[in-house]
Amino acid sequence: MHIMEGFLPIEHAIGWTAASAPFVAYGLYTINKRIKEKPEQRMLLGVAAAFTFVLSALKMPSVTGSCSHPTGTGLGAILFGPAAMAPIGMVVLLFQAILLAHGGLTTLGANIFSMAIVGPFAAAAIYRLAKAAKIPFGISIFLAASCADLLTYVTTSAQLALAFPDPAGGFIASFAKFAAVFAVTQIPLAISEGLLTVIVMNALLRFNPLELKDMNVVTTQEAQA
Amino acid sequence: MKRYQNLLMMIAVVLLVALPLWMVQKPAPGPDGKDVEIFLGADDQAKNVIGNIAPGYRPWFKPLMEPPSGEIGSLLFALQASLGAGFLGYWYGSAATTARIRREQGKQAQC
Repeated sequence: MHIMEGFLPIEHAIGWTAASAPFVAYGLYTINKRIKEKPEQRMLLGVAAAFTFVLSALKMPSVTGSCSHPTGTGLGAILFGPAAMAPIGMVVLLFQAILLAHGGLTTLGANIFSMAIVGPFAAAAIYRLAKAAKIPFGISIFLAASCADLLTYVTTSAQLALAFPDPAGGFIASFAKFAAVFAVTQIPLAISEGLLTVIVMNALLRFNPLELKDMNVVTTQEAQA
Repeated sequence: MKRYQNLLMMIAVVLLVALPLWMVQKPAPGPDGKDVEIFLGADDQAKNVIGNIAPGYRPWFKPLMEPPSGEIGSLLFALQASLGAGFLGYWYGSAATTARIRREQGKQAQC
């Protein structure tokens, strides 16, 4: 989902950077506030960041014969709220942009928007909806994390289609072409990410039930189970 | 049951990664006799799509630094993954130990 360095026209690069900046700033504010109020949650914040570090470094093969990587942002979004993932995602993307020439500084804003804003907001919203619909804990987590992963790549496809509309078919035709590359490849990876997120959540529920209850992730009942 | 569930999910992830390697066949070399490469990055494929849609587009900014070779690239990716995995392992170990100590203290308090 990394749009490569220089591959967005300058107006788009500036636009996406401007769109992402307030989320990153607000995310930093919420993280600082949370850690001040509840220092015991620092460890879980580390888990959320570490999970994103691992998953976004793993390029996995897919059925389409190409490779891509999961994002790992769903876990943190469910735990700390979606805004908190914007600065965490930015750290990962900066690391890859500066040291690995993977992604880029001019496309950082657009990449933050897809991976660290759209994905986390989707994860948090889907988790809340699934919980309200009384869907079991594990399935809710799976749905939230895998849809967030997939939507990240759909967003990248849309960003590229906006920047490079097809000369004949416009945005739609172009979006179909980019989605064929990104979204289809991503389907098995999104399933993997969903499953891995459930595994980590199960462990969190076992070892940190009180914090999860405190963060409003699970109900008292679920915390005791 | 829970532990069983986790194990099944881990097996599913391994299969999801391993099956494509086995399913996707390398296509025959193209008319120019060059080997077709498979399992390239989707990011690179997107670059080709851009090339098809807007052949005149030239990237206007170059990465400041590129890993000097694929080996160095995989070194840095491995570093990123191991930082994350290291922390996850640290958390799991300390959480499991804390839970065990608490359980044992609970038992002692009862008798």
